[in-house]
Amino acid sequence: MPAVAWTPLLLTLKVASLATLAAFVTGVAAAFFVARRPIWGKEWIDAILTLPMVLPPTVLGYYLILLIGRNGAIGKWLDAHFDFSLMFTWQGAVIAAAVVSFPLIFKSARAAYEGVDTNLEDAARTLGLTELAIFFRITFPLAWRGILAGTLLGFARAMGEFGATLMVAGNLPGKTQTLALAIYDAVQAGEDDLANALVVITSAACIVILVVSSRMLRVRHA
Amino acid sequence: MTFLRALAALVLISLLLTLPAHAEDLIVSAAASLTNAFKEIGAEFEKAQPGSKVVFNFAASGPLLQQIENGAPADVFASADQETLDKAAGKKLVDSATRRNFASNRLVLVQPKSGTPVRGIADLKGDTVKRIGIGNPASVPVGRYTRDVLQAENLWGTLEPKFINADSVRQVLDYVSRGEVDAGFVYSTDAAIARDKVNVVTTVATQRPVLYPIAVVTGSKQAGLADAFVGFVAGTTGQAILEKYGFGKP
Repeated sequence: MPAVAWTPLLLTLKVASLATLAAFVTGVAAAFFVARRPIWGKEWIDAILTLPMVLPPTVLGYYLILLIGRNGAIGKWLDAHFDFSLMFTWQGAVIAAAVVSFPLIFKSARAAYEGVDTNLEDAARTLGLTELAIFFRITFPLAWRGILAGTLLGFARAMGEFGATLMVAGNLPGKTQTLALAIYDAVQAGEDDLANALVVITSAACIVILVVSSRMLRVRHA
Repeated sequence: MTFLRALAALVLISLLLTLPAHAEDLIVSAAASLTNAFKEIGAEFEKAQPGSKVVFNFAASGPLLQQIENGAPADVFASADQETLDKAAGKKLVDSATRRNFASNRLVLVQPKSGTPVRGIADLKGDTVKRIGIGNPASVPVGRYTRDVLQAENLWGTLEPKFINADSVRQVLDYVSRGEVDAGFVYSTDAAIARDKVNVVTTVATQRPVLYPIAVVTGSKQAGLADAFVGFVAGTTGQAILEKYGFGKP
């Protein structure tokens, strides 16, 4: 198996983990506000936050270029103040992957929160718990299973992310070339041996992740 | 019942959308740099051959070769370098008897209009140039021409950390146009299309001339029409259109 096949795997795991972490923190928080807080236009907010799941990755890639590209809203500021650009960096790949996996975590978390009996929260309230304590001791633990399932879906989606990543982070071997991109690159160049090695690695990695995660889900609720 | 009705509607729409493509479609797989010129040639060809319809598939020459090798339904293959068509001929994917060179091009170094001025290739070593867009040498001809030039100048290794690989020459052009890279190597015809966004720094002499070959794909169901298209590209009208877009004589 060619040694070059391992670099994309490590990069993919790094990018997908960080992206999932970012999507988890933001998704779990956003879902709580949409599910529990009396805010106006809930369904509109939900629709906008779910958009990355529905839109073609190329559309997301384009939006991200408009945002973090060197002439983009945030990109221009970063360039002027820090002489830094997220384009063609692994950090850019993390942002792209986080955006696509966010809706999966957000949606599952919202459904999980809404499945939690509000009477339990009210009971805790009568016993004098603060809102923050209610979230961490009642709502979140009861919703955990659904949130974890969504997070696994988000991680899987982040690992396989291709379109937006290609547009934002490019296809730089050793820097931004994740497994999905490396396979595309090998096939384009007609390097079938490398492509074979990469698809075997990808399939094996995904099976391992699925088995480990289903065990985690079972142990949690044994 | 509403569900069943919705399902029936979905099936019906899907069937309508999968009606077979027009039987007379001539599929031309062509190098990305030919995009604008070939679209115009295609329109003229359709006028000259009433009833024919030309469908283009533009991409870098390497991926086009892979597609044809894997059975993509192409009738004509036009590549941006000899190497790719040599490979195709070696695998008997194109009919070598129909092969001919129909245009030439030049490699140029371009930079965004808004960027810090770059005066020549030697300037690429400087600190103001952080990113250089090149075609991916593994599959994109313009990337191979670029690599050969930079290797001959002993700059390849020095500049390598700055390279941003692109999937086709048009992607390099897009990166430069948007200012995402500080410089890039494209063909002079591409630079001409984005004249309002990029400046040509210098024309670069290549080791081998940039010479475009075209040939009919083996097993084309429209070999006659494909042959006519090859002749049309090499003929008066085709050559005039190519010249208009800045391509040189073969």
